[in-house]
Amino acid sequence: MKMTLRIWRQKNSNAVGKLESYVIDGVTQEMSFLEMLDVLNEDLTAKGIDPVAFDSDCREGICGMCGVVINGVPHGRGETTYQTTTCQLHMREFRDGDTITIEPWKAEPFPVLRDLVVDRSAFDRIIQAGGYISAPTGTAPDAHATPVNKADADIAFDNAVCIGCGACVAACPNGSAMLFTAAKVSHLGLLPQGQPERWTRVLGMVDAHDDEGFGNCTNIGECTAVCPKGIPLESISRLNRDLLTGLRKVK
Amino acid sequence: MVLYLLAHMYGNLKIIAGPEAFNHYAHYLRVILEPLLPESGLLWIIRVVLLVAVLIHIYCGMTLWARDRKAVGGGTRYAVKKNVQRTGASFTMRWGGIAIALFVIFHLFNFTFKAGDRTQTPTIANTAGNYDLMYRLSTGEMVPNAYQMVHNSFEQWWLVLIYFLALIAVGLHLRHGVWSAFATLGANTSPNVRRNWNIVAWIVLLVIVVGFMVPPVAILLGVI
Repeated sequence: MKMTLRIWRQKNSNAVGKLESYVIDGVTQEMSFLEMLDVLNEDLTAKGIDPVAFDSDCREGICGMCGVVINGVPHGRGETTYQTTTCQLHMREFRDGDTITIEPWKAEPFPVLRDLVVDRSAFDRIIQAGGYISAPTGTAPDAHATPVNKADADIAFDNAVCIGCGACVAACPNGSAMLFTAAKVSHLGLLPQGQPERWTRVLGMVDAHDDEGFGNCTNIGECTAVCPKGIPLESISRLNRDLLTGLRKVK
Repeated sequence: MVLYLLAHMYGNLKIIAGPEAFNHYAHYLRVILEPLLPESGLLWIIRVVLLVAVLIHIYCGMTLWARDRKAVGGGTRYAVKKNVQRTGASFTMRWGGIAIALFVIFHLFNFTFKAGDRTQTPTIANTAGNYDLMYRLSTGEMVPNAYQMVHNSFEQWWLVLIYFLALIAVGLHLRHGVWSAFATLGANTSPNVRRNWNIVAWIVLLVIVVGFMVPPVAILLGVI
């Protein structure tokens, strides 16, 4: 397949970026989206052009490292019928002669480092503000020492699968990271191990979220729609409930 | 504010029952709870509460708008942007809100300020000519003729059109706003509940738009 790629090129955080067009030939249906970019980069290197910088690690959809906006949808999810990360998007979703526009996540707290690579350490700072539990050290406790309600365990797991890729922020018209924050709050807040810090966690994480400069949730739902892990939208409502209780309980 | 809209709509529908019922109702609003409250007492309480609520609403909305704009880096964000599932109504919240604010000011000039001014002169609402300013209820009491004022206004098709467009804006604002408000307060507990809130929001939209449009359209068509 032969395609035209319009890719965001930006030297560094301070430079002004712009879209550049490249024609790529020899794309096969079996290639993943990132393999297609690898082929492009080899071609660019041979021509003496700087290769396109992009993030990737596991390339099997579980690490959350990769992620670009493809034709206006984070991870290109809108083209496919399944939930996916960029690395698990395959070229069979595209046709010969297509023009594909590839842009980085764009949000104030996610500065572009180079081309398609953004700095998502704002997420790390949100986690540091409460996304943890305090566990006593020593021998491992008995497996059945702390019973967990099955329904709670299921919802906690649904939220624990968040890989922190940042697609929710990229899709949100307000640049809000509420879905990410809510996934962490739901995951830990529903389990017995997360109870001691439950209320300070939600306050701390929401504070950190706002301090990083993320926008506000207006319940539009684009975040859930593009999430490769399908974090449910109702997690945000759970965060808000916990926040209301937290504001009352924490002095 | 939504409850006020519903009460307002209910009152408007009284115009169908004719001048006696409508004018009596308009007068009743002024003397409600008298003599516990002075004349128009309850109206002023409602006005102050509404004004404070609206100002807080606008202030919060504008603050969030500014923060959200900053969070996405100002103007153009993506060269290509596709929306996956968001509702059309969710696009109208901010500019639609401004349109509604402008309409409310127009609406107050159109009716409220004139109804309060007992020495009114013919203006936009009654270009058709002057009308009987006062109305004698069957009890013999003389009250302002609100019925005639409304009737004169809505005999003009362009005024009905302005009200219709404004109501569409209000309807869309509520379509997303009602669901979103409950979700923000923590009421979105599952996909099923989410669907139900969205149905509630649609019902509010329909009730408000249809309920408010019945009197103007009926007057325009000459039914009442």
